[in-house]
Amino acid sequence: MTGTATLAPALSGLAVKEKVSREDWIMRGILLAIALFLTVSILLPLYFLMSKGFQDKDGTFTGLANFTEFFSTPALFYSIQNSLVITLWTSGIVLILAFTFAYGLTRSCMPFKSLFKGIALVPILMPSLLPAISLVYFFGKQGVITSWLFGYEIYGPIGIVMGEIIYVFPHAMTIMLIAMAMSDARLYEASEALGASKLKTFFTVTLPGMRYGLVSAFFVTFTLVITDFGVPKVLGGKYNVLATDVYKQVVGRQDFEMGAVVSMVLLVPAVLAFFADRLVQRKQVAMLSTRAVPYVPKPSRGFDMAMLGFCGLVGFIILAILGMAFFASFVKFWPYDLTLGLKNYQFDLMDGGGWASYFNSIELASWTAVVGTVMIFIGAYLVEKSNGFQAGRSAMQFLCIMPMAVPGLVLGLAYIFFFNHPDNPLGFLYHTMPILVICTVTHFYTVAHLTAVTALKQMDPEFESVSASLKVPFYKTFRRVTVPVCVPAILDISMYLFVNAMTTVSAVVFLYSPDTTLASVAVLNMDDAGDTAPAAAMGMMIVITAAGVRLIHSLLTRSLARRTQAWRKR
Amino acid sequence: MADNGAYLKVENLTKKFGDFTALKNISLEVFEGEFVCFLGPSGCGKTTLLRAIAGLDIQTFGRIEQAGRDISGLPPSERDFGIVFQSYALFPNLTVNRNVAYGLENRKTPKPEIAAKVTELLLLVGMPEQGDKYPAQLSGGQQQRVALARALATSPGLLLLDEPLSALDAKVRARLRHEIKDLQLKLGVTTIMVTHDQEEALTMADRIVVMNEGVIEQVGTPEDIYSRPKSPFVADFVGTMNFLAGTANGKGRVKLDGIELAANGNTDDGGAAPGEAITICIRPEDVVTRGVTRDTDNAVPAVVDNLEFLGSFYRISLHTQGPDRTGFRADFSINLMRDLDISEGRDVVVSFPADLIRIYGEAFIHSDETV
Repeated sequence: MTGTATLAPALSGLAVKEKVSREDWIMRGILLAIALFLTVSILLPLYFLMSKGFQDKDGTFTGLANFTEFFSTPALFYSIQNSLVITLWTSGIVLILAFTFAYGLTRSCMPFKSLFKGIALVPILMPSLLPAISLVYFFGKQGVITSWLFGYEIYGPIGIVMGEIIYVFPHAMTIMLIAMAMSDARLYEASEALGASKLKTFFTVTLPGMRYGLVSAFFVTFTLVITDFGVPKVLGGKYNVLATDVYKQVVGRQDFEMGAVVSMVLLVPAVLAFFADRLVQRKQVAMLSTRAVPYVPKPSRGFDMAMLGFCGLVGFIILAILGMAFFASFVKFWPYDLTLGLKNYQFDLMDGGGWASYFNSIELASWTAVVGTVMIFIGAYLVEKSNGFQAGRSAMQFLCIMPMAVPGLVLGLAYIFFFNHPDNPLGFLYHTMPILVICTVTHFYTVAHLTAVTALKQMDPEFESVSASLKVPFYKTFRRVTVPVCVPAILDISMYLFVNAMTTVSAVVFLYSPDTTLASVAVLNMDDAGDTAPAAAMGMMIVITAAGVRLIHSLLTRSLARRTQAWRKR
Repeated sequence: MADNGAYLKVENLTKKFGDFTALKNISLEVFEGEFVCFLGPSGCGKTTLLRAIAGLDIQTFGRIEQAGRDISGLPPSERDFGIVFQSYALFPNLTVNRNVAYGLENRKTPKPEIAAKVTELLLLVGMPEQGDKYPAQLSGGQQQRVALARALATSPGLLLLDEPLSALDAKVRARLRHEIKDLQLKLGVTTIMVTHDQEEALTMADRIVVMNEGVIEQVGTPEDIYSRPKSPFVADFVGTMNFLAGTANGKGRVKLDGIELAANGNTDDGGAAPGEAITICIRPEDVVTRGVTRDTDNAVPAVVDNLEFLGSFYRISLHTQGPDRTGFRADFSINLMRDLDISEGRDVVVSFPADLIRIYGEAFIHSDETV
């Protein structure tokens, strides 16, 4: 019977033709629909943006003329330099602060850890404009501690760096926290057993174990800062950066072609950082060991107190920034009449769209959370779990990751070119709420997608096989098993989308219309018009709303955990 | 192939993953009610073959026929099988009852009928009255029973078991082995189980399919596979085997370190001419020493190098006394050790019974890792 293997190979036969089941067709259909959505919402707009950079105002192809003009305009060219300076300073300082903060949370026995972790995440709830406005109240011309700057001005690089640090701190800190939580206690025990000093252990175990986390935090910080527009808009003064240049070219000078050119310049570092980060993260996965033992710190009074002091200081600064915005929003007339009142909350008396902006933002955030969560989760499910159709799934995967590399300003500008094009049949969407939803879902697609993928990857890959063997169609198993098991991730995704839709300025600033003004844009416009206090007030409305949603989210998650603990925990 | 009533026919199956060929032109038949084990080391293609039969990873070339129906290219949902995975793959958010009922609920079976069937199945797998628990509240062995009940609920014509016992600890594994086998006999369902554990295959299977590097090395009953391995690979993979370098010495006779030995039957030396290198195989438990003298047939004088205590017996390392000092191992029972007072450094005479020796033509290099 050994003979079976050596029988003359009958490979001459045709390859087996796999029959595609009805379910497979359904899966492919939905997958293609979502891929089509992303094609329209990111691929085509980007293409239009790119081609615009090579045209003059009348749409004639001009080759590199626009770029030549850009690089020969000293003011514009300096923006690149300024952007890089700001970004590198911010990244450097944030990495040190976030590392130390996360180190305190994971490696010391200081008290109030979860409180500090919560405080560190507060800036996520703010549009980046708000910490900048708050800084004005501290260090501006009529600020409370202006003298602390030793005669330097808050409007300029110093102010921008300070604002950006607060804006990106929670992002960098979260990455560090994850990287540190992953470290293996056995390495520390080995190092101790070999008689290495604390300092030596830090440099031979802690830092090398953190390297991917550090690099990843650097790239995330880099991208966030170089593409951020809120902080330099408020605190930039005469100091131009790329992000404000795009805004000025488009909104100020109505020079869309030059705006496109600057966007493309802005796209370069964002895309580079994106690819570098993906490369690093792939390595990080290989480093994970399932047998790692989590590190448990031992009390050490001096060290714990030092860490408490540091985290306390950082926490205090963050709360002070928030508190100042809160306080200033109630002050009648800064700095002359410090009595409190609700005058600044009468948005309807100001430019920026009034209270309608706030409710528009709620509407946008709700739609984004609902539509985005459903689409992104289903998309991730199909990419992960559908059969065959390799080309389609790879293309979809690419489309899902792409939005992360595109800065919001670039996306918003690309939408103008694409949706406002006279020949575009989708032109009716321009200046409507749906286009804001589409743009926001797309802008935050990738992180939500990756969250969904992570949750789906933790599920047994054989659930689908078992269902197929039991002749249960995939959509029933999706509804009865996949979704219930993934509810925590689904809640995370919807909260992420809601909060970001509330706070984002960059993409939507080009897309709102008089009927669809938004709260975050109102902050920008009121600040621009000199109504700083109402801007702070509107910013506070965003923070309070986002915080409320977060609270609801954590209550939901907690009650869900209680109700499902019978099957969730082992 | 002629129609000989096989329930499942696999014909010339080849599976490629890119440049890698996981299955090379495999043909196989499984009969109705049979319990067949695919046995082999990891990466031998056994799971790939199982997944091709299930339609989970469809083969590149070749045909599969089940109950007279060509299922070669069909998706899993259009085939007739139940499957149990090593990971159990129980739905964590559904109770045991709902897990077992999962396939039935979709068939519009009336509710009381489903409930009755679920109760019956849970009784069958030895888990009555556990239906309201969630999978996470059960032990690994219990989860595997539930997975089995779920796979059997829709009365499939073919039961596929993908390393179902590998994640369990030794005692539970041994007990479940018997239970699964009993259940299979009771239900008479045609069953294919993939395993890398030879003991599992030997105790459970009606027939074993030994696979290696994408081809079938041997198909046979457990006794066949163990006592008459068709290739050195099978001899090595199933049980423990001494592979000793020797030379051919005419029909049915071989030479080991200068000693002439008779080897009845079981000779597969490819017609090696006298003097040509061959491999002489004997299982350690087949080496005899009680009552053996230099005059006994196939007597081999040897020296004891080392004793390894393995609980119910000793594994002895010895070497022959000729110029080659060929090393081999023998398993001696505790009472034999006591009676003959065997210890390190002692001379002993052992015998390789002629009908238990197997000869392979090729010089086979034996790797100790697989023992």
